[in-house]
Amino acid sequence: MSTTRKVLYFVVTIGVLLLLNQVFEHGVGDFQIRGYEARIVSLIGIAITLAVSLNLINGLAGQFSLGHAGFMAVGGYSATYVTVYHGQQIAGLIGSSLGEVAGAALVMPISLAVGAIAAAVAGLAVGVPSLRLKGDYLAIVTLGFGEIIRVIILNIPAVGGATGFTNTTPIANFFWIFAMAILTIVIVANIRSSTFGRALSAIREDEIAAEAMGINTTRYKVLAFVISAALAGVAGGLSGQLFANPLNPQNLNFVKSIEVIVMIVLGGIGSITGAVFGAATITILPEALRDVDRQFPGLRMVIYSLLLILLMIFRPQGLLGRKEFSVNWFRRRKAPLAPASTGGGADV
Amino acid sequence: MSDASAATAVLKVDAMTKRFGGLTAVRELSMDVPPGALYGLIGPNGAGKTTIFNLLTGVYTPTEGSIHFKGTDVAGRKPYEITKLGVARTFQNIRLFGDMTVLENVMTAHHIRSRQVLLDAVVGTPRHRHEERETRDRAMELLKIFDLDGVANEGATSLPYGNQRRLEIARALATEPSLLLLDEPAAGMNPQESIDLMKLIGWLRDEFKLTILLVEHNMKVVMGICERIQVIDYGKCIALGTPDEIQKNPAVIEAYLGGA
Repeated sequence: MSTTRKVLYFVVTIGVLLLLNQVFEHGVGDFQIRGYEARIVSLIGIAITLAVSLNLINGLAGQFSLGHAGFMAVGGYSATYVTVYHGQQIAGLIGSSLGEVAGAALVMPISLAVGAIAAAVAGLAVGVPSLRLKGDYLAIVTLGFGEIIRVIILNIPAVGGATGFTNTTPIANFFWIFAMAILTIVIVANIRSSTFGRALSAIREDEIAAEAMGINTTRYKVLAFVISAALAGVAGGLSGQLFANPLNPQNLNFVKSIEVIVMIVLGGIGSITGAVFGAATITILPEALRDVDRQFPGLRMVIYSLLLILLMIFRPQGLLGRKEFSVNWFRRRKAPLAPASTGGGADV
Repeated sequence: MSDASAATAVLKVDAMTKRFGGLTAVRELSMDVPPGALYGLIGPNGAGKTTIFNLLTGVYTPTEGSIHFKGTDVAGRKPYEITKLGVARTFQNIRLFGDMTVLENVMTAHHIRSRQVLLDAVVGTPRHRHEERETRDRAMELLKIFDLDGVANEGATSLPYGNQRRLEIARALATEPSLLLLDEPAAGMNPQESIDLMKLIGWLRDEFKLTILLVEHNMKVVMGICERIQVIDYGKCIALGTPDEIQKNPAVIEAYLGGA
């Protein structure tokens, strides 16, 4: 893709997001999006960021991390802290306030950047010692990390402790949520299709062979872990600044980490499209089943779990497997790229 | 090939010993591999040949002794550092990246020679595009040499066994080595495939200016292409010489067939 085309895509994406944001907040004519639906759409966007970022470390690099909620918490609390305690000051720099569009538009990226950096540092601190571990052991260490973070937050009164970080100004809107979701998808997709993505896949497939092919496995595992954590931090920052959705340590326990894992497993581990699809499904499904719950209380979670069990029985590779959505699906199928063997090769 | 002096040896191993607890897998082994050599390493099962490979490529660290590759001490270095210096290997039990295509397997191995940094990939800079194209082209060239270009987009483990072995060699070559270690390249191949492989190995040595160190059980292959052969038994060198000398050596015959 040429640079001009890239700039064009960028501008168009921003434009479309701003337009949708307008529709989302104010509606078009009689068409209004209700608060309930708006909230679900926002949560889907955040879930996409979470799932796609987790897919980098769990799906691509094959390192089973159970600490995504922990990174989300670190990033979320840091970002929200910036907005709550310094938001007005930052907005004041351009003569605005948090309540105004300009002020919020300045504070949001700054708070998200702080959240991403904080989560990345946490990722580095956890990753360096624990990525020497494999499989179940890594899962246990990351699980433990998530719980440690949760307990620490519970004991910090400045961020609300057990009651949650409630005194925030909700500045995370449709635009930011989906801009970050798209950014995450682009970053992960670009890494995947590069030499770094191949290095990570190689680590997943065979660490000894990867090392023998010159790949510094520890370095790349840590790198993937840190990027994944940073993006989870962004998702946390968005989540904490969403309307009537305060960060609460109770919602950021290991159950949240497992929920994100369910998203990528459901969609097909390793597939970015699958992660997006899984994120949307897992966010919508419990809501869609709410009516059922009204008639038969408690049945909702039974159906939810049954659906997941059935999926794992009949489609263990996830809904999409490793496939990716591509515009080529809509074009006519071309003949495979590779030409027939010419029988050349070594003249031996 | 005449004996090259120790100073110009590509690989020089000096009194290397490896102990695993009470077991001495390699005992005071010395090797001198001159540039451009086709050097064979043979010995009965369990003699320690693969352990020697693992020591040379940094999977294990020698308990004692030294390994010099082109004058650099590599004993105890990490495998990826040694690969970067120009040592590549294949594995006795094939270790391809199973869930990746044939082409991706080879492209992956070119990673250390790629000049792009992570940010290039994330942003998609011209350098990234250029490097990716170059990596792909090189990988395709290598696949052509091994007659695998027709199956470039197939899954690596879907290939027949013999082709998987050839793909491992192609992948090793993508790291742009000067010393290639082949661990039983002819294992599992039929006689015709073995003969083709022998020719290919000789051709690769000349074409890529390689030094090749070979572990092999197939005596026809070893005797047919190696210029120098070192025989290992119980981790010790018991003989060193040309194929003819080795075949007549009583110690070698005893190691393989047992004492009379």
